[in-house]
Amino acid sequence: MSIVVCVEQRDGKLRKITFEALSEGKRLATASGETLKALLIGSGIAGLADELKKYGVDEVAVVDNEALAAYTSDVYAAVLAAYIAQENPALVLFGHSAVGKELAPRTAAKVDCGLVSDCLAVTFADGDYLFSHPVYAGKAIGSYKVVGPVRMATLRPNVFAVAESEGAGAVVDFAPEIPAAKVTITGVDMASSDRPELTEADIICSGGRGLGGPEGFALIEGLADVLGAAVGSSRAAVDAGWREHAAQVGQTGKVVSPNLYVASGISGAIQHLAGMGSSKVIVGINKDGEANIFNVADYGIEGDLNKVIPALIEKLKELQ
Amino acid sequence: MEFVYTDEERMMLQMARNFAEKEVKPIAKEVDKEHKFPADNVKKMGELGLMGVSVPVDYEGSGMSNICYAIAMEEISRHCASTGVIMSVNNSLACDPVKIFGNEEQKKKYLADMASGRKLGCLGLTESNAGSDAANLATTAVLDGDEWIINGRKIFITNGNEADYCVLIAATDKSQGHRGISAFIVDLDNPGFSVGTLEDKLGIRGSSTAELVFEDCRIPKENLLGEVGKGFKVALTTLDGGRIGIASQALGIARASIEDAAAYAKERVQFGKPIAKLQAIQWMLADLSTHYEAARLLTHRAAYLKDQGQPFGKEAAMAKLMAAETAMKAATQGIQILGGYGYTTDYPLERYFRDAKITEIYEGTSEIMRLVIATNILK
Amino acid sequence: MKIVACIKQTFDTEAKIVVGGDGQISDEGVNLIVNPYDEYAVEEAIRTKEKDGGEVVVVTVGGDKAQEALRYCLAMGADRAVLINDPALAGADSRAVSVALAKLLSEKEAGFDIIFTGKESVDDGVGQVPSRLAEKLDLAQANVVTAFELSDGKATATREIDGGSETLELVLPALISAQKGLNEVRYPSLPGIMKAKRKPLEVLALGDLGLSVDDVASKVELVAAELPPARKAGQRLTGEVDEVVAKLVQLLQDEAKVI
Repeated sequence: MSIVVCVEQRDGKLRKITFEALSEGKRLATASGETLKALLIGSGIAGLADELKKYGVDEVAVVDNEALAAYTSDVYAAVLAAYIAQENPALVLFGHSAVGKELAPRTAAKVDCGLVSDCLAVTFADGDYLFSHPVYAGKAIGSYKVVGPVRMATLRPNVFAVAESEGAGAVVDFAPEIPAAKVTITGVDMASSDRPELTEADIICSGGRGLGGPEGFALIEGLADVLGAAVGSSRAAVDAGWREHAAQVGQTGKVVSPNLYVASGISGAIQHLAGMGSSKVIVGINKDGEANIFNVADYGIEGDLNKVIPALIEKLKELQ
Repeated sequence: MEFVYTDEERMMLQMARNFAEKEVKPIAKEVDKEHKFPADNVKKMGELGLMGVSVPVDYEGSGMSNICYAIAMEEISRHCASTGVIMSVNNSLACDPVKIFGNEEQKKKYLADMASGRKLGCLGLTESNAGSDAANLATTAVLDGDEWIINGRKIFITNGNEADYCVLIAATDKSQGHRGISAFIVDLDNPGFSVGTLEDKLGIRGSSTAELVFEDCRIPKENLLGEVGKGFKVALTTLDGGRIGIASQALGIARASIEDAAAYAKERVQFGKPIAKLQAIQWMLADLSTHYEAARLLTHRAAYLKDQGQPFGKEAAMAKLMAAETAMKAATQGIQILGGYGYTTDYPLERYFRDAKITEIYEGTSEIMRLVIATNILK
Repeated sequence: MKIVACIKQTFDTEAKIVVGGDGQISDEGVNLIVNPYDEYAVEEAIRTKEKDGGEVVVVTVGGDKAQEALRYCLAMGADRAVLINDPALAGADSRAVSVALAKLLSEKEAGFDIIFTGKESVDDGVGQVPSRLAEKLDLAQANVVTAFELSDGKATATREIDGGSETLELVLPALISAQKGLNEVRYPSLPGIMKAKRKPLEVLALGDLGLSVDDVASKVELVAAELPPARKAGQRLTGEVDEVVAKLVQLLQDEAKVI
């Protein structure tokens, strides 16, 4: 049997979460004795198979068809379901990305199997897989088992380490019947920013009410620029209209786990902590020494962010 | 005896709490500091049915119980006592007397306007020489053909600066004492009316406290509310109901003080542990919570009796007395728990403290409450 | 037009989570609310009805208490409500919930034009039901939607994708899952709360839907829940701004090794 990773590419570029899923898939396949397969779906993407081989894949199945140029959940789910019907994998892994969040459950419904979303860890022991998934936005962690021959999981970005390894690396074509899409994509608007996407970023600089206004985000952006970081926001700053909701980190926003999270002018409400509590290192900058952020920050600076951040930017520039 | 919310009470509580947290709380500090009448929120409260909670649906009210009214008043006042009193005056002091004593035409026009929030109401009772002694009024109303001519000055009138309508208590026959008092509905868009002095106050600074000046103010004959000579009853009945509103306002302030002080005590670390672990703090919070719950039961019971059409004057007086004193005590001790921080405007405790004081004074002082209670139990 | 809104009753987002001795999360004393994302769904359903006419049916799978959540939606302006309440659905996973909903919406409540859901619930944060339901009912779907428009029987939705947004045209009937920002949710008015008492709320068991206990077996089983390891307060850096900043940069480089 096999472990299948559903590859995610956008405009012919593989997404980082795919490398994470492949690396984790390899680790699990080694533990369980399964083979690792990757399913690559799109149009004119066959060339990407080589890049996938670097992560220990035994076989890459390529579905290359003009009708698959744009991702829509109904069509992609049909392709996946056909592949699963052929392969009967023990486990199918997706990234917990915008695509994976939608495609995995749609496919799971088609296959009628169990799916654990947004996994922080997957282990194989005593002949079964165990999935850990945060509930109440990380205020608790549940361990789950999936009943049935096929299991599915989406993996939280930035949590699973990327590791290259050896694999058989065969490439095969897969050509299922492709249904007509019920959805037409009429426009795509990618943020023009050079900054990394929030959920994928290694470093995130976030600002909150303490910035005093939308103009305060210029400081955060300046810091993000020198660190190559994404810019996040607390709910308070989003509710005040200073920042778009897409930037909100927290229980009702994005859940992130970067290597470094710099929270400036954020008090650290439980709502916010739920979204960034799994960051590896947290820095808190706040003028209120009693702010809750200091209870979770690895490094806390009590001070005026209007002085601290410019100084920090200067210091970081010196290093570059 | 049941002590559980009905479905509609629970939903109303949830709605009022959400609204108060999302719309009222964010501007409460500014409303207080800048003496800013929260016009936008008052308008939204009208749309939500909070300005005529117990007014029948036929008159564009919400058709809910007085218990619902008490619950809603507490939730709004939890975050802003100024907004609370604006709501209380419109509901209890302006809508209620028209609902109880008004005729069908008056209800269709004035009550519907105020209950829907399209217009804001106030009660013109207090004068410089007639506070709780309502029989001793100097403002007069004289019938002249098809019109009443009103002359006099009312002071300390909540909502007076923004109100569109006033339920006015005036003397129609001074020789008759309290039997010579009548009630009227005055449309304040009238050349004979002007707003006089606006008070600068210790608390509830977002609500106006105004002097109403009537100079040969002519109103239609049909704007008499109830019968000639029965205005004293209108005033007393209205104030009884108003006390449920003010008791609920005080409950809101008390709860705000207790919740904020408890939250601070859990976070504030001294001598290596949160001060909430200190018995001195625990006992303060335990006592305050007990007083708050007791006052809340009294208030809801008064509202219940009113809903049942039973006498509730004594219970309303007890509720207001207890709730007001609890609010004052909770705000005082709340500041004590926060120490120096509580004394600064960085925390809202000092606002609760300033707002709490008025609940011991208006719509009958605590001394008058004791008088009402004593009169009832000794008769 | 028949518009359906699917909701879930969840813990208040301010709730403190307690794990009981049985390894399950305790709901004792927790305030229950309509899942915030589902409120956007209900609001959009009501707005669509206000614009184009029709009726709004709000549906959920839950226990007795879920009636409160449905009444809340009725108070907002939905016309009627259906609760699927069956002991066999206690602790149901996304699969079981979507099987029950799909059965209801393909038979008893068939004939809808649009289904609105929240993008996920704030409790388990799974977000599977919208996509599973769309698949089971063979619908076009738009997930994580921040703008929606319906004109001439054609639905247009703008949805969030990683790093941007995408605009879709959907063939009706379709399923739309709501993201924050889709609309501003109204508060139920007091007259609305009073009216809600008299609006129909139907409670159905599995048998009423023609489903057996086996049909709604969960495929995902919770083995145990635990609280995440608590983060501890780290170092507080003090001193002049320049010193503090230099110290921070040095720690991030040498100790934390993150820059």
